[in-house]
Amino acid sequence: MTMTRRDLISGGGKLLLLASAAATWAELTGAEPAGDAYRVADHWWGMLVDIDKCIGCGNCVRGCSNENHVPAGFFRTWVERYEISVDSPTTAQPHVESPEGAINGFPPSTNENVKSFFVPKLCNHCADSPCVQVCPVGATFVSPDGVVLVDQNYCLGCRYCIQACPYGTRFINPETQTADKCTLCYHRITKGLTTACCENCPTGARQLVDFKNPKDPIHAILRESKVQVLKPYMATGAKVYYKSLDGAVR
Amino acid sequence: MRDIFRNAGHLIRPAVVLLAALGLFILGRGIFIPKTFGQYGHYDAASLDRIRQRPISYAGQDACVMCHDDQAKVRASGPHAHVACEACHGPQQAHAGADDPSAHKPVLPDTAVLCKRCHEKDAAKPKSFPQVVSAEHSGGAACNVCHTPHNPLRMKP
Ligand code: HEC
Ligand code: HEC
Ligand code: HEC
Ligand code: HEC
Repeated sequence: MTMTRRDLISGGGKLLLLASAAATWAELTGAEPAGDAYRVADHWWGMLVDIDKCIGCGNCVRGCSNENHVPAGFFRTWVERYEISVDSPTTAQPHVESPEGAINGFPPSTNENVKSFFVPKLCNHCADSPCVQVCPVGATFVSPDGVVLVDQNYCLGCRYCIQACPYGTRFINPETQTADKCTLCYHRITKGLTTACCENCPTGARQLVDFKNPKDPIHAILRESKVQVLKPYMATGAKVYYKSLDGAVR
Repeated sequence: MRDIFRNAGHLIRPAVVLLAALGLFILGRGIFIPKTFGQYGHYDAASLDRIRQRPISYAGQDACVMCHDDQAKVRASGPHAHVACEACHGPQQAHAGADDPSAHKPVLPDTAVLCKRCHEKDAAKPKSFPQVVSAEHSGGAACNVCHTPHNPLRMKP
């Protein structure tokens, strides 16, 4: 049998038509991924940080690092020690330090002549996050349960999100060359566990919060205490609430 | 009449080509873009499951208490009642999740290092938190010489 060019093109064309029709059909009727007991629609995660309870032990930083295998020298959460001159508290630059992210705590400070306290920091899991807005490929997103995550399969490592984050919570993971950040221990909280940082906090200074759980203590705290988010003027919809936060903290 | 048919061929052929191109586009899209992309928004919803499947290192409080009733009771009676087991013992999922936990026995923490992390005096700590200058308080001795770690107010004889 001989095959003409005409046969080849028309035969190939028919095959192509069939395949694309099948693909269109699959696209239209595509099956949903299987679900399980955890329902994303039932949760809206955040965190509460109580400055009055933080002792700067660094347990949260170590916990995060162990749980998430954060490369040495990089931090998904860290603790800062603020020292503010009491003579001119509103004008003087506060002295802020965070040696190695406080993974080993702090060298003891004996300076009683300043106002001083610890501030744990992490991704604020903003509801209207600038990092999500700038991502060109849909690699970073706010999950339906309110956690800002990075899809390593999609991330190009372009670093836009790192520049966009007002809180400096993102970095490029040197092993994967993709953007890396706090996942709010998504692999734990969706199993009913708390985050590694909260699990390891000895004083309850950090507490995982589920705003959609009517029994969560956060509702009483938001009603009865003075709370603040970092950089509220950025209007990012930050969901990490700070109790007893000093105005000097940025 | 036959003219119309002959001319219509000029329209039908490009239409078929366009349709084929569209089909090709959808075919390519189907191959390269996962089914789950766009399920919740402009991202791959399957990445949620991928992230959820990461292994845990900290078993969590409740797991330890299940097997270590004795330590849990002692701790509950003292000031460390709300300090999680793994806050002192480190990540122990390998121990707690093992078929035979005694085969993965945790290394016990060194109290000369451990206790200071939380209790060393620091001006930035909340004033109500119990703090000591360890050099003066214990003279460098390990804290468990005198204190029982699980209930530090219970002193060793
Ligand atoms: C499934 C039961 C089980 C669970 C869960 C469990 N353990 Fe254990 N653990 C054991 C057993 C059994 C031993 C070995 C006791 C022995 O040989 O003296 C042990 C030993 C230990 C030891 C060492 C004791 C020693 O004398 O050296 C520590 C510390 C410890 N467990 C801490 C923990 C912590 C922290 C957790 C929670 C993350 C935990 N365990 C969860 C069963 C368990
Ligand atoms: C404040 C820190 C701290 C906490 C919290 C803590 N441990 Fe310990 N644990 C220690 C230290 C330190 C030792 C070493 C024993 C010693 O120094 O006397 C120890 C020893 C142990 C041992 C060995 C047997 C023994 O009693 O000496 C087990 C088992 C154990 N811990 C389990 C637990 C479990 C379970 C919990 C949570 C209910 C827990 N620990 C909470 C510090 C802690
Ligand atoms: C992870 C942090 C942490 C570690 C490690 C830790 N503690 Fe504590 N300790 C606490 C907390 C939190 C309290 C309760 C403080 C309070 O009641 O405000 C406490 C309370 C105490 C108290 C009671 C003080 C008082 O007057 O009420 C003593 C004593 C004490 N710890 C000794 C120790 C010793 C000894 C060790 C080492 C075996 C140790 N702690 C390790 C967090 C820690
Ligand atoms: C030589 C025995 C001894 C050693 C070693 C020791 N302590 Fe104590 N500690 C005591 C006694 C006794 C008290 C109760 C003193 C008191 O009533 O004020 C105490 C009280 C404390 C308190 C409560 C202080 C307060 O203001 O409420 C803390 C915290 C504490 N110790 C931590 C430690 C730490 C951390 C270490 C290890 C660096 C340590 N201790 C080692 C004997 C010891």
